[in-house]
Amino acid sequence: MSVQDRIQKLVDDNRVLLFMKGTRNFPQCGFSMRAVNIVNTLGVPFETVDVLSDMEIRQGIKEFSSWPTIPQLYIDGQFIGGSDICWELYQNGELEKLVADHPKADA
Amino acid sequence: MFAAERIKEMVEDALPDCTCLVINEMNDGEHFQAEVVSSAFAGLNLVRQHQLVYKALGPHVGTDIHALALKTYTPEAWPHGDR
Repeated sequence: MSVQDRIQKLVDDNRVLLFMKGTRNFPQCGFSMRAVNIVNTLGVPFETVDVLSDMEIRQGIKEFSSWPTIPQLYIDGQFIGGSDICWELYQNGELEKLVADHPKADA
Repeated sequence: MFAAERIKEMVEDALPDCTCLVINEMNDGEHFQAEVVSSAFAGLNLVRQHQLVYKALGPHVGTDIHALALKTYTPEAWPHGDR
C-alpha cells in the first residue's frame, strides 16, 4: 500500500484526525500543541498520528494536502488547515459547526 | 536560516498587487509571522489563500522556514489599509 493510500485510509476511517508532531498528551512542537488543544475543546472523539514516529507519513502528508507544514487537521475526510487556520476557525465558531453533527466524546 | 526581506520579495513577486509584511519576532531566521494582502485571495477559503503564499515560497516552508504564521487579506478587507 503506497503512503498516499495509507493516508487516504487514515483520513477516511477517522472523522476527526490530526497529523501532529508527538501525541495528544506529549506534543513535541508548539504549533501541534495548540492544534491538539483546540481539537480537545471541541469535545468530540478524535485520533492523532505522530508524524515523528513515521517518516514516510511525515513527508507523504505534505504531498497529500499540498500543505508544507505539520500539524494538519482533517474533519470528515476534508483538509481543514494547519495551526493558524484551526485557531481562526475556532475563534469564529466555524470549527464547531464542522463537528456539530459528531457524537460527543464521553466525558 | 532565512531573511524576512526575502520572504517579502518572493511573496510580493508571486502575487498580484500584493503587500507582504514579515516579522521574525524570535530573531532566529526560522519562525516568521506575515500579513499578506492581495487581490488574488478574493473568493478563496483560508486554506487556498495560505497555499498561494506557500507556493510563492517554494520548497522553503517547512524546511529552512520552520514556521510561517499567516494572516491573509484582500485589499478591501485589510484593516490597516492606508490606501
